[in-house]
Amino acid sequence: MGAKPSSPSSPTWPDDIHRVFSAARLRQVAYVPDAGHIRLINLCAADPNMNTIVLTSEEEGVALLAGAWLGGERGVLLMQSSGVGNCINMLAMIQECRFPLLALVTMRGEWGEFNPWQIPMGQGAARALENAGVVVHHVDAAARVGETLFAATRLAFDSYRAVAVLIGQRVVGFKQWNK
Amino acid sequence: MPRKPGIVLDRRKAVTAILAPRGDSLLVTGLGSSTYDAAAAGDHVNNFYLWGAMGGAAMLGLGLALAQPNRRVLVITGDGEMLMGLGSLATIGVQQPRNLSIIVLDNEHYGETGMQESHTRRTADLAGVAKATGFRHTATLYNAQQLKTWIPEFYRAPGPVFAALKVTRDREPAILPPRDGTHIRNRFREAVLGPRQALE
Repeated sequence: MGAKPSSPSSPTWPDDIHRVFSAARLRQVAYVPDAGHIRLINLCAADPNMNTIVLTSEEEGVALLAGAWLGGERGVLLMQSSGVGNCINMLAMIQECRFPLLALVTMRGEWGEFNPWQIPMGQGAARALENAGVVVHHVDAAARVGETLFAATRLAFDSYRAVAVLIGQRVVGFKQWNK
Repeated sequence: MPRKPGIVLDRRKAVTAILAPRGDSLLVTGLGSSTYDAAAAGDHVNNFYLWGAMGGAAMLGLGLALAQPNRRVLVITGDGEMLMGLGSLATIGVQQPRNLSIIVLDNEHYGETGMQESHTRRTADLAGVAKATGFRHTATLYNAQQLKTWIPEFYRAPGPVFAALKVTRDREPAILPPRDGTHIRNRFREAVLGPRQALE
């Protein structure tokens, strides 16, 4: 992979996630970009078995993945916590139709946040998702990201549930404002 | 601004004509009248009816079209529903699905909620947006002759295809297809994927 290390010790949890995606045969990887997902998005874009789909708004991904699954393909939605609120309307469909849905949310507004505008959605993300019928797994240690995602993938596709894995800001790291 | 042609197309007749040669193609309908119009043309296992998820029809069609590249996917929806998901046209433009056609039944009004004028009544040009976001074939259709010419294009032209059909605001009796989401989902999956893969 040509990805440049973004810090002295480049994180490997995105590689763990990509391996889980591969093993689960996820094909449609939809995302609204987030700095926390740079490495994962690059890994998926370079994977010939995956189709990366850039969205204008997160709710598009919810509808996209419903259509994908209706057509026999699995996928995943990547977003930042600020995008959770954008999904609520579409999540009603996921609940009514009991579509599988796997979402991966990199958190802002929870651990050493610098931007106060990120706090309301960051702090409300888990509850907003739960209110919309989504099972929430929060992971705060890089070493647990892979196993958490594996469990979430099973819950989503084997038990036909909407599941969001929230990757804590502690794992993602502080935003580098000088970059 | 040039004067717009008068609106004469009947939405229900138009949808019936569009779906007549559907073959094994797949259909997604936007909530409200578009869903009723498709049901009036004849319920079909290859129909996925939305009863909610306003703004999501085109994206659901994209996910389906990418998953089923060898089948044609039609999305039939209304102007209000399409306006709520305008960004999805940009997303579809990037993906360039060859097998996706989006047909908007544009009566220039929010028909389900009291016939308030929509944006297309005044200034918004949906086919123009589709063209500007990378759709390969786009048109606004005003009469039966134009529609007749375009129907084969919905199934054959390399997508993404987009057509806004200017239809009258006459209200037709609501023909209600199944509305239990899990039922529609299971029926559709079984039809598309076969009974075994549908359960995976």
